Amino acid sequence: MAQKPVQFTLNGEDKAAFASDGQNLLDMLRRGVGDLSPKYGCGQGACGACTVLIDGEPCLSCLTLAETVDGKDVATTSGLSSGSGIHPLQDAFMRNFAAQCGYCTPGMLMAAKALLDRNPQPSRDDVVEAISGNLCRCTGYEPIINAVLEASRSGASQPNG
Amino acid sequence: MSVEFRKDLFADERDDDLNEIGKPTQRQDMLGHVTGRSPFYDDHLFEGLLHMRCVRSPHHHARIRSIDTSEAERLPGVKKVIVGSDVPNNLNALLSLLDFGLDDEPLLSDKKVSYKGEPVAAIVADSERIARDAVAKVRVDWEVLPHVLDVEEAIKPGAPSVNGAYPANKFIYHGKYDHQKLRYGDVDAALRQADHVIEGRYQMSPIEQAPMETCGAIAAPETNDRFVCYTATQGLFFSLGTAAKLLDLSSARLHFIGGTVGGGFGGKVDSLHEPLAILGCMLTGKPCKYMFDREDEMQVGAPRGAERWYITDGVMNDGHIVARKFIGYFDAGAYTRLSSYAIIKGAGHLPGPYTIPNVYADIYCVYTNRTPATAMRGFGITGVDFAIENHMDKVANTVGIDPIELRILNAYRDGDMKAHRREAKNTALIECCQVAAEKSGWQTSDWVKQQSSLSGGGGERGQLPTHTATDQHGFVQDGQSGSYGGGSKRQEKSAYAETAAARAAPPAAAPPLRSMPVAQPPTQPARTPEPVQSAPAPAPATGPTAEPPQPQTRRSPARFSSISGLRRR
Repeated sequence: MAQKPVQFTLNGEDKAAFASDGQNLLDMLRRGVGDLSPKYGCGQGACGACTVLIDGEPCLSCLTLAETVDGKDVATTSGLSSGSGIHPLQDAFMRNFAAQCGYCTPGMLMAAKALLDRNPQPSRDDVVEAISGNLCRCTGYEPIINAVLEASRSGASQPNG
Repeated sequence: MSVEFRKDLFADERDDDLNEIGKPTQRQDMLGHVTGRSPFYDDHLFEGLLHMRCVRSPHHHARIRSIDTSEAERLPGVKKVIVGSDVPNNLNALLSLLDFGLDDEPLLSDKKVSYKGEPVAAIVADSERIARDAVAKVRVDWEVLPHVLDVEEAIKPGAPSVNGAYPANKFIYHGKYDHQKLRYGDVDAALRQADHVIEGRYQMSPIEQAPMETCGAIAAPETNDRFVCYTATQGLFFSLGTAAKLLDLSSARLHFIGGTVGGGFGGKVDSLHEPLAILGCMLTGKPCKYMFDREDEMQVGAPRGAERWYITDGVMNDGHIVARKFIGYFDAGAYTRLSSYAIIKGAGHLPGPYTIPNVYADIYCVYTNRTPATAMRGFGITGVDFAIENHMDKVANTVGIDPIELRILNAYRDGDMKAHRREAKNTALIECCQVAAEKSGWQTSDWVKQQSSLSGGGGERGQLPTHTATDQHGFVQDGQSGSYGGGSKRQEKSAYAETAAARAAPPAAAPPLRSMPVAQPPTQPARTPEPVQSAPAPAPATGPTAEPPQPQTRRSPARFSSISGLRRR
């Protein structure tokens, strides 16, 4: 099977991998370069658990061909925290009980990060709209919405707090 | 985070010196969740991991004439095609670990399939894509059989037989009856004396648990002649025991690692993935992953079972329910899984949180050619509660009583006897109704506000019926209760003994109807409680639910201590 070399940055670090025919970005991130934070939930763009940022835009990595990120910047939940500190969004999710099983959380965080990066002071409706592509089955959306709003008040739009 | 606790309710029963209970406490796994580092089963990477996909039945019901796997086996990248004959012990029932129910379900069917999506072969290949391609190349020669999808159709004579272990499409309870019985008092006599007889039919659909993480497992060889299995299961030891049984392996050779579950809601107890992943690993010597994709999860993953309930209530003009009769059909789908157990739970819950002196239930666990049902949050309870509470509204409308008042009027209270013969403790329906009315702005009478679960119960309401009408309806000859020989023999013997006793019993004289002191209704004149008549002893107890002779002191038939039994003291 044909393999294509792909070079990209992942959370600020240079990465290189071979993408096989039809391989999606989710699979390349998880198995190709070992970033396990994006999750498989549906494989058809319905659940948002695989959400990552490509050049700052939230994207569904299960519907993105791996080879298309060549030369681009990919950000995932693995890169949210720096050193021993955690990002204000992560902190707000913790304090608001915005995760139960935790499986949708990395995708939720990236969708929220994309929102706060372009709109540091979102309204409640803005938050609802921003996470409308991300399904959660246990926590319920209220604590997640509250967490994102709280993070916006604490300056989460600043990179790494 | 603020949590509202109603400390005004049951205030004298609560210790307020607890350090954790009643206070928000951080989850121990939260940091892992928000950093994306929580170790879900699929977050374990293995060099050379093989992928598994199943060949599934396109038919609801079909005999397998033959399976031709040769073309699939020739496909480059296919490592193994597993069929039923490769499974060391290819028949299981989840509850057989408790010796409850006959083995009825193969891991991979080799004779016939009984639901659409039932697996008949498993491809193990280098990639998921190759496994999918190979699935399409397996040729199965099907002999399509007539199927049945409706619970009541399934138990009619001549219906297609779905499940080989239960040819009449009904689970056999305790090796004796083709349904789960509940008999408490004399419902038919009470219905004859009721002012209103109110009937209802309620149907609930199957519901998919839909966890964000689909079901799956990865198995890999360990150096010490064991297999390690990373799994999304909700019941780690349950899955371990099931895998050991199906694969005929000592459980000491299985090393299960789980505990991080991406949502389950009951749908991750069926232990389908662990044994197949381990078998793939055993047959190839390589790490092997078997996971549902989302379509599998929705189409093949076992849902909450559908239920159909018929309820007949006998109700007096003042709103007191004096009799409640249930006929229930629980749609197990093609195999038992946990449905038989759900019904046992459901029977213990009847007639809902109400004190009704005469209760009758026949609950059937029915096999149909639908996806097998399994656990989901409160299964066995939720479905019948849907029926009961809808019926309560129907009763309220029919009799012309406010629905909240009707519920409180019939609510169980501490000290009451429940139909499964345990004393009601820690009851709180009345307080729930009061808070629900308050929160929703529902106008209620002063009477409603004055009621309490702590008063008005017990006494005569805590006594067992003086007479319970029993029967042998649905008795099954040659019944077996479990998969192990000794147990079934014992059951068979006792079943015969009971039949003989039933035949020998003299007909019971018509016993007096039981009534009970009741909470005073708000708008009706005070109802004088009829005295409980001390009836002549009814005919010798013979039936399965008949009462043994009881001492004259307060009867306390509870067999099990309740973990919450100490709260109110």
